[in-house]
Amino acid sequence: MEKFTTHTGIGVPLRRSNVDTDQIIPAVYLKRVTRTGFEDALFAAWRGDESFILNQDEYKAGSVLVAGPDFGTGSSREHAVWALKDYGFKVVLASRFADIFRGNSGKQGLVTGIVSQENIELIWKLLETEPGKEITVSLEDRTVTVGELTVPFEIDDYVRWRLMEGLDDIGLTLQNEADITAFEATRDAWRPKTLPAKTDEKFVVEAARPAQ
Amino acid sequence: MGTTLAEKLWADHLVRKGEDGAPDLIYIDLHMCHEVTSPQAFEGLRLAGRQVRRPDLTIATEDHNTPTLDIDKPIADLTSRTQVDTLRNNAKEFGIRIHSLGDADQGIVHVVGPQLGLTMPGMTVVCGDSHTSTHGAFGSLAFGIGTSEVEHVLATQTLPLKPFKTMAINVDGELPEGSTAKDIILAIIAKIGTGGGQGYVLEYRGEAIRKLSMEARMTICNMSIEAGARAGMIAPDETTFEYVKGRPHAPEGADWDAAVDYWRTLTTDDDAVFDTEVTLNAADLEPFVTWGTNPGQGLPLSATVPNPAEIADADEREAAANAIKYMGLTPGQPLRDLAIDTVFLGSCTNGRIEDLRAAAEIIQGRTKAPHTRMLVVPGSARVRLQAEQEGLDKVFIEFGAEWRNAGCSMCLGMNPDQLKPEERSASTSNRNFEGRQGKGGRTHLVSPLVAAATAIRGTLSSPADLADADVLVGAGA
Ligand code: SF4
Repeated sequence: MEKFTTHTGIGVPLRRSNVDTDQIIPAVYLKRVTRTGFEDALFAAWRGDESFILNQDEYKAGSVLVAGPDFGTGSSREHAVWALKDYGFKVVLASRFADIFRGNSGKQGLVTGIVSQENIELIWKLLETEPGKEITVSLEDRTVTVGELTVPFEIDDYVRWRLMEGLDDIGLTLQNEADITAFEATRDAWRPKTLPAKTDEKFVVEAARPAQ
Repeated sequence: MGTTLAEKLWADHLVRKGEDGAPDLIYIDLHMCHEVTSPQAFEGLRLAGRQVRRPDLTIATEDHNTPTLDIDKPIADLTSRTQVDTLRNNAKEFGIRIHSLGDADQGIVHVVGPQLGLTMPGMTVVCGDSHTSTHGAFGSLAFGIGTSEVEHVLATQTLPLKPFKTMAINVDGELPEGSTAKDIILAIIAKIGTGGGQGYVLEYRGEAIRKLSMEARMTICNMSIEAGARAGMIAPDETTFEYVKGRPHAPEGADWDAAVDYWRTLTTDDDAVFDTEVTLNAADLEPFVTWGTNPGQGLPLSATVPNPAEIADADEREAAANAIKYMGLTPGQPLRDLAIDTVFLGSCTNGRIEDLRAAAEIIQGRTKAPHTRMLVVPGSARVRLQAEQEGLDKVFIEFGAEWRNAGCSMCLGMNPDQLKPEERSASTSNRNFEGRQGKGGRTHLVSPLVAAATAIRGTLSSPADLADADVLVGAGA
C-alpha cells in the first residue's frame, strides 16, 4: 500500500444519499476472478445515463468523490472499494458512511473522511460552479481544501496512522512476524497438517449421469 | 471467575495482545479454501509478491458451483469453469493441496475437513464461507471470513480480531423420536431470531446436545450463522474423540494421548459467566419447517401459515406479509397440506452419511409421490462412496430419486441444479432466502426425516404421518 499524506485531484460532487454497495457495483460483476479492472463496473447502472456526473468531461478524471450521507450501505462486498480505487478515486468524503464499507476502505487504502453535511454542501457548490476544480485532502492536517475554503474532516486515529504509514493489514501483521514465528514454535505436535496428504485412495469416483 | 470454552480457545491462540484499540492477533490452525471466495485473495498475494505462509495448514476443494452430473466432462458454465480453473492454478502455483472434481476427497469444505480428520477439538478453523461454524461441533473456534481476510490468513496464518461476546444455548430434556438436530436448530433460530446471535459465539450445551452424534452436532453448529452468530461450538467429549480417532489425519500414539489430555480441559468452567443465556426444552420439539424467506420464519409442522395481521411488531409483520406473498401461501393454511415439487437432500447442513442413512431407512420399500422429484446430493465424494458401499444408492434410485455427485448443488443453485420460478422445495439445506435455490424458487427448510416423508407423500410430512399411509404400515410412528 502506498503511503498517503496529501492528495490533490479533481473533485466529483455526487449529490445522492444512501448510495449502497449494489449501486457502487452491481452483483453481476462479483463473478469475476480478478482483483483489478473493476473501473467499468463502478456505478454501472448509472453510467448508461449521459447526464451522470462521471460521464461529464470535466469530472471524468476525478479522484475525490464528495457524496451524500450514508455512503456504502448494503452488502459487505469488498468489490465496492476495489471499483472505486480502480476507477482512480483516492478519497471519498461524506457526512456518514456504513461501518463495513469504512472498514473495508481503510484496509484497502481508500481514505474515507467524514465532513459535516453543511460543509459538504459548500464543497458541492464550489465544485459545481467550477467543474473540474481541484480539491486537496491532507491526511496529516485532517483538512479538505477547495480554493479559498478549508474545512476539517474526521477519521479514526488508528486508520489514519495506518494510511499514513502505508500499511495494509497484512503489512502490519508482518511487522510482528517474530511473534508469529515464536508462537509457531510452541504449537503442539498433535495439531494436524494438510501436507503431506494422508488419504485412502482405494475408491474411484464414477460420474453420475442424467436420468434416462 | 472461570472462563468459557470460547475464551479458552481464544487465549490458547493469542499470538499478540492488541494495545491502544488495536485488535488481538489470533493464530489459525486450519484454513480451507474453495473456488468462489479465494481467487482475489490469491491475486492479492501475487500483486504484493507474497507467499502462502503455511501451505501445510491450508487445503482447497471444489464445491460451490461444480456440476453433480457428468463430472468427467468439462464444466459447461463458463463462469463456473473459470472459477474452478483459477482455483486449480492457484493451488498449483502456491503449493496448496486440492481435492478436485473426481477425487475421492472432493466435496463441500465443511464435510471434507471433518471426514479427513483435519478438524478436531481445540483448533481455530477459518474458510471464506459463513457456514464454517460447522467445525465448532468439535469444540473448535470456527468462523467464516471475507476475501481480504482469506488473503491475510494465506500470507500470515493469523487474523487480527476483536473478541466476541459469548452466549450459552442450553437444550435440556430428551428429543422425541422423529425430531432431530435440524429441528433443534430451526427452533433455536425461530426463538432468538436471525439477528439474535449477532456479535456472539454460541455454545450449545445441555443434556439433549450431549446425546447427539457428531454429525448431528455439526448440523446444529452449521446453522449458527443463520441466527446471526459469528460461530457456534459444543464442548468435546467421548463422542467427539471417538469420531476423530482413526481418521486419516488424526493424531496417533503419544500425540493422540497428549491431544486427548488437552481436549478434556476444553469445557466451560462451572463458575464462568456468559454474556447471555437462552434455554430450550428438547422434549417439546416436533419436526420443524420454515414457511417464510428467512431461517427464523419456522414453525412446527403441525402449525398453520401465520397471519401477519396478528403479528405485533411492525417490521416482523411486514416481513411475514412479504414472505407469504413470495412463497405463494395463504394465512391459516396447514403447513402439512403444502404440495412439494422438489425434495433436496444434501448440503453441508445435512449431506453426511448419517443423514443419507436416516432418509434411506424411511423410503426403503416405499414409492415416491409421482409429482415430486427428489435430488440426493452427498456432501462429499467419500460420503457418496460410503453410501454406495452400504447400498443406499440403490434404495434411493429404486425409490425414484436422482443420485448425484457431491457438491453444494441446489443449496445455492450456482450450478445447474436449480428450482424454476414458483417451484416449491423441501430442502435439508440452511437458507430459504428469496431466489437462493433458483430465481423465484420457494424453499422450505426441513430435516432429512421430513424430507424423506415428504418425498413419499408429496406434501410436507413427517415420518409419523406415514403410519396412516396406505403404502406401508408401521414406519417411524
Ligand atoms: S452446501 Fe450450501 S451452505 Fe454449505 S458451503 Fe455449500 S453453498 Fe454454502
